[in-house]
Amino acid sequence: MSAQSDSLHTFTPQAFHRQAHDALGNPQIRANFRRAMDGLMAKRRDVFSDWDLETLRELGANIRLRALAKLPTLLEQLEANCEANGIRVHWAEDGEQACRIIRELCEARGAKSVIKGKSMVSEEMHLNAHLEAAGITALESDLGEYLVQLNEQTPSHIIMPAIHLNTDEISAIMQAKTGTKKTRDVDYMTAAARAQLRERFMAADVGISGVNFAVAETGTLCLVENEGNGRMTTAVPPMHIAVTGIEKVVERLRDVPPLYALLTRSATGQHVTTYFNMISSPRKPGERDGPEEVHLVLVDNGRSSIYQDDELLDTLRCIRCGACMNHCPVYTRVGGHTYGTTYPGPIGSILMPHMLGLEATKDLPSASSLCGACGEVCPVKIPIPDLLVRLRKEAAGEGRGNVKGAGAKRSRKEVAAWKSWQWLATHPSAWRGSTKLAGKFSVLTPSRLGPWTDHRTSPKPAKTSLHVLVQQHQAQTAPSAKLPAKGGPAKEES
Amino acid sequence: MSARDTILKRLRERMDGPLTAPESNFAVVTHRGWSGEERLARFEAMITSVHGEVIHVTDSDWTATLADVLNRKSIVRLALGREHPVAWAAREALAGSGIELIDVDRDVESWKREQFERVDAGLTSTRGAIAETGSLWLWPTPDEPRLLSLVPPVHIAVLDADAIEDTFFDVIEAHRWADGMPTNALLISGPSKTADIEQTLAYGVHGPKELVVLVRHTSRKGA
Repeated sequence: MSAQSDSLHTFTPQAFHRQAHDALGNPQIRANFRRAMDGLMAKRRDVFSDWDLETLRELGANIRLRALAKLPTLLEQLEANCEANGIRVHWAEDGEQACRIIRELCEARGAKSVIKGKSMVSEEMHLNAHLEAAGITALESDLGEYLVQLNEQTPSHIIMPAIHLNTDEISAIMQAKTGTKKTRDVDYMTAAARAQLRERFMAADVGISGVNFAVAETGTLCLVENEGNGRMTTAVPPMHIAVTGIEKVVERLRDVPPLYALLTRSATGQHVTTYFNMISSPRKPGERDGPEEVHLVLVDNGRSSIYQDDELLDTLRCIRCGACMNHCPVYTRVGGHTYGTTYPGPIGSILMPHMLGLEATKDLPSASSLCGACGEVCPVKIPIPDLLVRLRKEAAGEGRGNVKGAGAKRSRKEVAAWKSWQWLATHPSAWRGSTKLAGKFSVLTPSRLGPWTDHRTSPKPAKTSLHVLVQQHQAQTAPSAKLPAKGGPAKEES
Repeated sequence: MSARDTILKRLRERMDGPLTAPESNFAVVTHRGWSGEERLARFEAMITSVHGEVIHVTDSDWTATLADVLNRKSIVRLALGREHPVAWAAREALAGSGIELIDVDRDVESWKREQFERVDAGLTSTRGAIAETGSLWLWPTPDEPRLLSLVPPVHIAVLDADAIEDTFFDVIEAHRWADGMPTNALLISGPSKTADIEQTLAYGVHGPKELVVLVRHTSRKGA
């Protein structure tokens, strides 16, 4: 499978199993992810070596929990402080409404071209497609996002969007789409992208960015990045629109340094990123650059329903570092596109069921070995494995039933099978009769039992059950000993 | 009901009831106990590890070193402010040197293309630095606007050695940032970089390719 053939929207969460099968059979994908993730794991380990990591994680988790505990009040405070600073605040219940707000803001300025910094929320709401449909060009300015966009794909990692592509593939994409020469020289390709994008920064009518932390106390939007595209996006065009999930708010400015320390180190093993950009207002009178207008769009899109439940709430602590993906044995082997969702990997598997419903995403909570690595590395201590189990239960109809699409994975056949087993196991004579029959007719048991036998041999009941064997054995060695007449179910010989 | 009211109502009328907020202990991000020398060494080690260049100067000879740096890097067009003492001293020292000094105290709209295409380097002051991560902190002003440290391919920053503090948390607290944030506050740690092409590090993807930090030490009287 060539890089170019994985076109936009090909991947869906419904087809997770087929996509995983394809990815596992693709040596290029496996090599690209394995190499990258091994390196990221080592870098993270090294960068925390001189820190009291547990205490820092504890603080990070506390800051996020405190923000969530006060969420509605903090959102109002953020809104009031932003407005007082001159930043206009908008609210959107879902992605579609958020797209409409942004399009209308663009149209009000007569904007034709938009330059975009990295924003997973905008991916989540398919903003680019929405703007394109309205005749507004939206160009990604993060190099990885730009390459993925040129290749008509979606990001395969939330921090490193083009991690699934290797140098040769990127060179081929740039050559085909921008006319650069074929090369393995990364500096040449970076310089070419710089030249291509600088023109677009100058020409753009609107810059759109995400937000890493929104500070309620001061009405400040914080952006974390290495490339400078985020600063360009938020400083060069005459209008800046920031878009964020409602959970990204923190209470006070002093809450920011610990989260920033955790974010960069967990994500890419960096002590710090090149730029930490804090925006608190549009251009003030007398200032020479920066946008004349700044807008903040607060997006719910399923977050307020996650917020209802004490256990699920932990999902909203996420600071989007991607460490859970980097350390996930499943993600590392199948890559991000396989999940077919905006957020892949462990965090995606606990977040996307709320956004898309369990009908579409019922396989994602099972896309984990529950090895616990994601929970161990999470900088804000989200118990991801517990949440995966909770969502598996919800999918099977055994949870609280408050997740959209709960019970989607419930199978009548499976339920009936377990019910029959339960009845047999609690009725000893029926159990003995049925094991006897199963032994007698063992040749008739099917050799295939659905996907279970894809990688296993079908079990065959033994001719004589263990219960009977033990009885016979005891009768031979100790003729006086008697087995209890009644007891639990006899053990089945495997 | 507006989207705002619907969202806030749902958050307030939470199914599982009100939440309690845990206390936060910030000790882990402060109280490093470094001496001035340790701070400086740490700052230098961290910023050079991410491709920043550090040059030690005194407050009496720094403009001569600046001229050397410009020569060495073949910079002929330098953008800078007018009012800040750093810009003022640089202007005075470079007058007649053949370096073209470009004014930045004008609205970006009037010289956007010139700024993007003609400027070789930007000179800025800094408010201070952070030892732990090797970061400079800047609050751009009308005299030294935001793009001055971003658009030119080389950024030269002047930092006073005694303005280095231990951690980001310490800077925010000591300077009471929360009492009044500027339009834009920045931490800068090295030149612009990316690793988006197969994890290979490349510098200068959108912002400066090079960051030179002139660390000014107070010259002793009579020295």
